[in-house]
Amino acid sequence: MLSNQELAKIAKRVRRNIIKMVTDAKSGHIGGAFSATEIAVSLYFNEMNITKDNLNDLSRDKFVLSKGHASALLFAVLCEKGFLPEEELLTFRKINSRLQGHPNMNYVQGVDMSTGSLGQGLSTAVGMALSYKIHNQDFRVYSVVGDGESEEGQIWEAAMAAAHFKLDNLCAVLDMNGLQIDGDVTVVMNPFPLDEKFKAFGWHVICVDGHDYDQLHKAYAEARTVKGKPTMIIAKTVKGKGVSFMENDYMWHGVAPSAEQAEAALKELED
Amino acid sequence: MAKMATREAYGKALAQLIVEDKNVVVLDADLSKSTKTADAKAVCPERHFNVGIAEGNMMGVAAGLASCGNTVFASSFAMFATGRAYEQVRNSIGYTHLNVKICATHAGITLGEDGASHQSIEDIALMRAIPGMTVIQPCDDIETKQVIQAIAKIKGPCYVRLGRAAVDTVNSEDYVFELGKGSVLRQGNDITLVATGMMVQQALQAATTLSEQGIEVSVINIHTIKPLDEALILEYAKKSKLVVTCEEHSKFGGLGSAVAETLSKNHPVKMAMVAVNDTFGESGTPNALIEKYGLTAKDIVKTVLESI
Repeated sequence: MLSNQELAKIAKRVRRNIIKMVTDAKSGHIGGAFSATEIAVSLYFNEMNITKDNLNDLSRDKFVLSKGHASALLFAVLCEKGFLPEEELLTFRKINSRLQGHPNMNYVQGVDMSTGSLGQGLSTAVGMALSYKIHNQDFRVYSVVGDGESEEGQIWEAAMAAAHFKLDNLCAVLDMNGLQIDGDVTVVMNPFPLDEKFKAFGWHVICVDGHDYDQLHKAYAEARTVKGKPTMIIAKTVKGKGVSFMENDYMWHGVAPSAEQAEAALKELED
Repeated sequence: MAKMATREAYGKALAQLIVEDKNVVVLDADLSKSTKTADAKAVCPERHFNVGIAEGNMMGVAAGLASCGNTVFASSFAMFATGRAYEQVRNSIGYTHLNVKICATHAGITLGEDGASHQSIEDIALMRAIPGMTVIQPCDDIETKQVIQAIAKIKGPCYVRLGRAAVDTVNSEDYVFELGKGSVLRQGNDITLVATGMMVQQALQAATTLSEQGIEVSVINIHTIKPLDEALILEYAKKSKLVVTCEEHSKFGGLGSAVAETLSKNHPVKMAMVAVNDTFGESGTPNALIEKYGLTAKDIVKTVLESI
């Protein structure tokens, strides 16, 4: 287990790389990448068993970024794990790159599912968890879902199936940052209360602060003890977390910063 | 002549396969008695999953299962497997090139009495347009069984189009299915009929009628619509005055379009299409429907005589 301090250092490097990637590409999604940074870092470094040695195994712990537009986050974390060379990060969203705008599993080892079309990732995570049940394999499946994404009907089809098939090896984290492209989720199309909805769909629900490592780790540990049902960790987060002028501003959902803005952001993210 | 629906043959083939191969997983969306995946469930309930009336989720679950090394068969009616779940098939199965076999039944208007809402006449066009998707429509029970065995051996996504109504067994017991290779069922030097699915039996009947009128017809069964056996179609087009495609699908985007794409590029020749016009179907018996919508042997004969 890495200490919270070590994780915080990794998260800072991840956020800095995301700023660099999106600025250089002049396109990408910072807000929703920053809201889920602690979630992804804690999963990859302290929760999931994913190493260079088992990276190419068909069966191992898996991660599905259902909110695939946070691709810069996934690539930056895979880079921290040593699965992607850092210099490649600046090819993000450019022609001939393996680092597509939304992740492609066939281009990058360590991307466990191609995602991007919202709602589809959670269904694929259900399929993975089901496979481990069928073949009696003791692996776990993690998926990060957006709160805006939960407006998609397919999320609820997947939620119904995960509970129906009693997939206690599936742990999803809902990145509840409260904002989507067009604004506040409660204004665009209110999906709340998400905790009550997932409970009603038969999930074990844990509510945490999505930027607090202690709460996240405790929730992952609790999820491992739950039998007969999947776990949904509802993680209250801040969109754009880590850079003062990006926080809680839906403008930063999918806009690249200017050179000056990037410089200011990187300064805030210095160690 | 023996008769069996291709969905029946699918159910039997799948029931055999699921026992032989422990990596085969079958998904259905509350239609297992109709799609006949219930046969596989009867012999191997631990690897058959009903996902309920949620076809989009079914395709995602299929993709997740396939990503862990399973060979996944996902079934529903063609309308829902390709129409309702199009984007899930496109992004979760096509773009990922995962090993999912979408075996869709009740394709075309011969679904019958349920009517136009359930009659898929656009599915070949939709599936053909997805990069890397293999598209197959067997014509009878013998071919269907071999198709299921063959696609289980190849990696990557496949769409298999199956019918509800019983069709003639046109192939003999010693027939050998070869993926991607058309099958020549009759030789004749005047005209070539290129048919797929239930229209193969209609094309064979039409060829007999035309022969009686002194017109010799070749009949090619194109079971693999994508990748298309361009060499075979070209070879026969070169010795024919006319090529007529026959399919239980819209005139737009199906076998006719595929053949036209090849011929217009390599050997422009006079062509006609027997297919569903730009119209929806309706309720009725399969026979009443193919008569009204122009998909009988008589319609093929008429098209040939008008076009020659």
